[in-house]
Amino acid sequence: MIGTRLRHLILAALALGAFAAPAGAEELMMARVDRAFPEAITQLQAVIRAHGYTVSRVQRVDVGLTASGYATAEYRVVFYGKPDEIHALSRSHPELIPYLPLMIVVMAENEETVLVSLNPTKLSQYFPDAPLGRQFARWEQDLRSVFRAVAEH
Amino acid sequence: MSHRRFAALLSIGLLTAHAATAAPADGAGLYREHCAACHGRDGQGGVGVPLALPAFLDSVDDKFLRETIRRGRPGRVMPAFGRLGAGEIDAIVRHMRGWSSRPAPPRDEARIAGDRARGARLYAAHCAACHGEHGEGGHGTGVTLSRPRRQPILAPGLNNPGFLAAATDTMIKTTLTRGRSGTPMRSFLEQGLRERDIDDVVAFVRGFADAPPPEATRVLETETPVIVRESAYDLDETVEKLKTAVKAANMRLIRVQYLDEGLVPEGKEDKRQVIVYSCDFPFLNEALKIDPRVGLFLPCRVTVVDDGKRVRVMSINPKRLSAIFNNAELNELCERMHQVYVNILEESVF
Repeated sequence: MIGTRLRHLILAALALGAFAAPAGAEELMMARVDRAFPEAITQLQAVIRAHGYTVSRVQRVDVGLTASGYATAEYRVVFYGKPDEIHALSRSHPELIPYLPLMIVVMAENEETVLVSLNPTKLSQYFPDAPLGRQFARWEQDLRSVFRAVAEH
Repeated sequence: MSHRRFAALLSIGLLTAHAATAAPADGAGLYREHCAACHGRDGQGGVGVPLALPAFLDSVDDKFLRETIRRGRPGRVMPAFGRLGAGEIDAIVRHMRGWSSRPAPPRDEARIAGDRARGARLYAAHCAACHGEHGEGGHGTGVTLSRPRRQPILAPGLNNPGFLAAATDTMIKTTLTRGRSGTPMRSFLEQGLRERDIDDVVAFVRGFADAPPPEATRVLETETPVIVRESAYDLDETVEKLKTAVKAANMRLIRVQYLDEGLVPEGKEDKRQVIVYSCDFPFLNEALKIDPRVGLFLPCRVTVVDDGKRVRVMSINPKRLSAIFNNAELNELCERMHQVYVNILEESVF
């Protein structure tokens, strides 16, 4: 006969199996977009907005490098966030501020474009806190969805 | 819950788990999800080395590829995909094999005997220029695409524990014998060396496994994820001192903005959270040549926060971040950047 505790353990194990993190939950999230840079970065911003975020700024790293005499292909950083989340988190957890707003590197590779971001769940290692962890997990899900939508567009 | 109902639930769970593991994995989809961003959609290379080279695929066995995916190359950009299951890794390898018309060579685990001392001399003369004096490998990442690089392909780190675990002596010998068409790696036979010479070099390279762990595997000591200093001045004075400190560090002041600028309507920003962006462009260029992904944390950014009780100045901690790129070449730059941040923060608060 199976005891109640064992049954709970088995059920918990099954539940964990069902909801375990997917393969590839790496520290950096990257995606390749089969389109040239101008189209890809425009699409990225549209998809970010469609996910309920605001794009606060696009930093033109390539322009600064070129002006300083260094050769580079297009290279920009897209900053984005949800104003209410940024507002609340910057007050409740000011130590998070250097990591806010969220950001995505967008770089050209010939006629394709590569997107790079820190996996938001990585922040859980830096700031171990259960409610924050759930926030980071939501950001990660959204970011995966954004990358997928841009890559498959 | 009745035992019958429990047993039924357990069966469904186990059957679901079995179905999930038994279903053939989609190699093309897995490659696209996990590999294409770095190695290119069709294996042509990018941040990662090109994989679709016939000379590469024809000289490496399937276990080499599987072990490389599973273990990665510690400190050499390629991460370990430990979360992928054996079936998923097999599917990726099958997908990669589709790029070559030839079958995978069989794996031969036999050790090749050679004179290591002689091999060391030959290695210094013929290999070290690209692979490094101690087998540490070439600089930068992958191949030349978006940024100028010194070589068309990153020479592998031969002393890397990931490489040594994946590669057999036969594979190394084959590479030395044939070279790698499409890369700077030339056939040793064409360079006038003999089979005995090649065996000696193989023995020397295998000997890297007996040496202390290479520098590439060193991870910077972890510290707090942010650098924070409390200011003796009010917010405006601190921002001014910060701008002066940035210029004193020979960095170009790019812009000063509120944290929520662009997120909220103009005029509604929280004026107690100010970000100062600055950049040392030669440093940025140097860092991007080592790893084009590092722009994620550059240009430099320092935030001044007034919470009503105190004014604090804070930045990311580059030393904490270097490990996420799995690129030990960034360690020294991250240590330098850490010191620059500390200097700027301290100058702005005292």
